[in-house]
Amino acid sequence: MSLNYDMLLLRFGEFTLKGKNRNRFEKTIITHIQSILASYPAAEIQKEYGRLYVALNGEDHGKLTDELKKIFGVYSISPVVVCPSQLDKIVETSASFLEQMDLQKETTFKVTARRVWKAFPHSSHEMNHLVGSPILKKFDSLKVSMKEPELQLRVEIREQGTYIYCEVIPAVGGFPRGSNGKAMLLLSGGIDSPVAGFTSMRRGLEVECVHFYSYPFTSRKAKEKVMELAKVLSGYTGEVKIHLVPFTEIQTSFTGHGQDNLIITLMRRSMLRIATMLAEREGALAIVTGDSLGQVASQTLPSMNVIGRATELPLLRPLIMMDKSEIIEVSKQIGTYELSILPYEDCCTIFVPKSPSTNPNLRIVERIEASLTNLQTMLEEAVGRTETVVLTLDSVIEADREDGIDEEWF
Amino acid sequence: MIYWDHAASTPPYDEVIQTMAEVMKKHYGNPSSIHRMGEDAAKLIKRAREVCAGALNVKPAEIILTSGATEGNNMAIKGTAMQYGGRGKHIISTQIEHPSVYDSCLDLKKQGYEITFLPVDAKGMIDPADVASAVRKDTILVSVMHVNNETGAIQPLADIGRVLKNTNPLTVFHIDGVQGFGKLPVDLEEWQADLYTLSAHKIRGPKGTGVLYKREGLTLHPLLSGGKQESGLRAGTENIPGFVAMSKAMRMAAEQTEAFMKEVGAYRDILLDWIRKTPSLEPNSFEEGAPHIVNVSFPGMKAEVLLHTLEEHGMLVSTKSACSSKTTEPSRVLLAMGRSEDAASSAIRISMGMTNTHQDVKQLLTALDAAVSRLQPLRQEGMK
Repeated sequence: MSLNYDMLLLRFGEFTLKGKNRNRFEKTIITHIQSILASYPAAEIQKEYGRLYVALNGEDHGKLTDELKKIFGVYSISPVVVCPSQLDKIVETSASFLEQMDLQKETTFKVTARRVWKAFPHSSHEMNHLVGSPILKKFDSLKVSMKEPELQLRVEIREQGTYIYCEVIPAVGGFPRGSNGKAMLLLSGGIDSPVAGFTSMRRGLEVECVHFYSYPFTSRKAKEKVMELAKVLSGYTGEVKIHLVPFTEIQTSFTGHGQDNLIITLMRRSMLRIATMLAEREGALAIVTGDSLGQVASQTLPSMNVIGRATELPLLRPLIMMDKSEIIEVSKQIGTYELSILPYEDCCTIFVPKSPSTNPNLRIVERIEASLTNLQTMLEEAVGRTETVVLTLDSVIEADREDGIDEEWF
Repeated sequence: MIYWDHAASTPPYDEVIQTMAEVMKKHYGNPSSIHRMGEDAAKLIKRAREVCAGALNVKPAEIILTSGATEGNNMAIKGTAMQYGGRGKHIISTQIEHPSVYDSCLDLKKQGYEITFLPVDAKGMIDPADVASAVRKDTILVSVMHVNNETGAIQPLADIGRVLKNTNPLTVFHIDGVQGFGKLPVDLEEWQADLYTLSAHKIRGPKGTGVLYKREGLTLHPLLSGGKQESGLRAGTENIPGFVAMSKAMRMAAEQTEAFMKEVGAYRDILLDWIRKTPSLEPNSFEEGAPHIVNVSFPGMKAEVLLHTLEEHGMLVSTKSACSSKTTEPSRVLLAMGRSEDAASSAIRISMGMTNTHQDVKQLLTALDAAVSRLQPLRQEGMK
C-alpha cells in the first residue's frame, strides 16, 4: 500500500491527564521528536491540544512512523490525508483514499466523522451518511458494520482542513524521556538488566548504567559487550551514560572467609553501596535492577531482603514478577537479546560457590563485612576509579587501549 | 619492457604492498590466540572480511578466505560433490573452464561422478538452452566461468542461473569469477550464484590470497581439516597481511570497474581493429568480450616463436593461459570454439590493465607489425 499521506497524527499516553505537568511533558516529547526530525528536514511539527501533527511535506511516512513509534510517551500514530473542509472534497478524497488501499476481499466498514469545526454545515452524524453512502455504492467489497468493523474510516472536520485516516498504529507509550527523574541501573551482561533499563526508560526515568568488572577474572570483551548493550539503550533516548566500576579487589576480598555460600550476597550488597554513592554524586534518586523473583539464589525473597538493606535508596525492580520467557521476548523486541547471549563471563558468574545461599543470615553477613576493616575504603576507591562514558548509537566501542589497527589498510 | 600479461598476474597497487608490509610487521599474532595480539589479529580478519563482502555486496559470513582461485575452485567443486554426492553424482561444466575447474571435474570423474562438459559457439559462449537440457534430477553442481581466461569471452550468467534454477532449484551454481571481477559488473544475486571464486593477484592484490563466496545456507564439505578457522571450512592459520591487503585490492578494483571497462576496453578495440586489418592474423576475441583480453592466432607459426619475437621487442605476452602455457598441445579452449589445430597452436594472449597507456598500445602495434612481417615467410602450412 503506497498512499500519499500528508501528515502523521501522534497521540500521547496517560501523561496528558497529569494537569499541571502536562506542559513539561509535552515540551520534552517535542524536543525528542525534533531530534528525530533532524534527519527529515522537510517535516514540520504542528501542536494541538493533547495531540501533535507532523506535516510530512514529502518525507517518507513509513520510515518516519517507524522512528516516531519508538518515542516514549507516544501512544499511537495515524498517517493522515488532508483535504479542504468542503463536503464534495471530503467525499472525493475519502473515495480515492479507499481506492488506493486496494480492497480485494469483503471488508466490514464504517465511517466515523467528527465535526470539530462547528461552523461546518453538517453534523457528525449527518457526515457519517454523507460520506458513507457514496463510498458503499462505489466499492462492492465493503459491507457496513457498526460493531467492530475491520476498517474504520475516520473523518475529522476542522476549520483549516479535514483529516482522513483509518490506520491507528500502536506506539511504545509510557512517559516522555527523562520526565520522571533519574535512577542508576545495575547493568550486567545478561538478558534481564537491559530489559529493566528499557522498561524504566519507557516510564520516563532517565537511566545511568553502572557496570562492575573484575579484570583479569572477566575479559575485556565482557566490558565491551556491556557497552554495546548500553549503546542499544541509548537508541531509545539519544544518549546513555555508563559508569564502569573496577570490582576485582572488593570481589576477591570476600573469598577465604569460610563462607563461600555468602559471596554473592556480599558482592550484591557492595554493588548497591557503590551504586548509591554514584547516585548521590549524579543526583539520582533510585536504583534499578533486573531482579526477577526466585530466578537465581540472589533473587529469592530472603536474599533480596538481606541485599536490599545495603541501600536506603528505593530499589526499583521492574521485572520482579515477570517470567523469564516474557523477559526474553522483550529483550528480542528491543534488540538486546543477541548481545546478551554472547558467552563472555561477567563478574556475577565468577567465584560463584557451588551452592550459593538462598536464605542468607543477615547477622553473619554483617559480621563478615565488619571484619573487613578496609571495605569502606575499597568501596570509595572503586568509586574514585570509576570511568564514566557517554554513549550514543554512533559510539565506537573498542577495548580501552590502542589496538594499532589502521583503517587506511583496508 | 611492457607487461601485457595481466590475465596471468597483475602489478600490485602500491597501497596493497604498503598494507601488506605494515600488517606483516605489526600484527604477527595468531587470530586464534586469546591475548590482545590475537584479538587484534582476529579484528583485522573480521574487518578484511567485511570489506571483501562489501565489494561483492554480500554478507561477511558468506566470505571464505582462501589461498587463491585454485583452492576456491577445488573447494567449491569437490566440497559440493562431497557434501551432496548422496543426492546425485552428475556435474555440469564447460569445455573452456580453467584447469582448476576442469581438472577438479576430471578428478571427480575418476571417483565415479558423471561430468557433462558443455560446448561453446564460435565466439566461445555457452548456450543457456544447453544448460537447461543437460540438467537432470541428479545434477548437483553447475560450474561456469564468468570470463574465459584465454579469449575474454563473457558467459551469459544471468540466463544460465535462471534456466538452471527453473529446471532444478537444488543444483548448486558455481561461478569462477577470476577474470571478471574489477573488469565487468558483478551481480551475484541476479546470477543466482551459490558459489563464486576470486583470486586477489588478478586484481592487483597479493598472491596466495582469494575469496570463495558461499551463499548463506549452503553447506560445503571442507577439503582441509584441523582448526576451526573460516567456520571450520578451511583449517590453517589465516594469512592476515594477505587478507587485509586483498580486501583493499578488492575494494579498489570494485570502485574502478567502470573506469577499467572504458579505458582498457578502448585498447582492446584498437588492437582488434588492427588484427582484423592484418591478413595473416585471426582474432579469437571480440568486442563483446571482456575489456582486457585479446587473443590472436598466427596460423602456421608456433605461438612460442611469436611470443619470444615480441619479447625481443620488449613486449611481454602469453600463450594460452599461464597455467597451461608450458605444455605444447593446442589450446583446448580454442579447439572447443571450432578453431583448427593450426590456429589453436599458434595463439597468443595479450592481456591489459589500467597501468598500460595509449602510448604502450602504439608500441605494441609497431612490435606486432615487425614480428609478423619477420615471421611471415617462415610459416609452415599444416604445422602441428
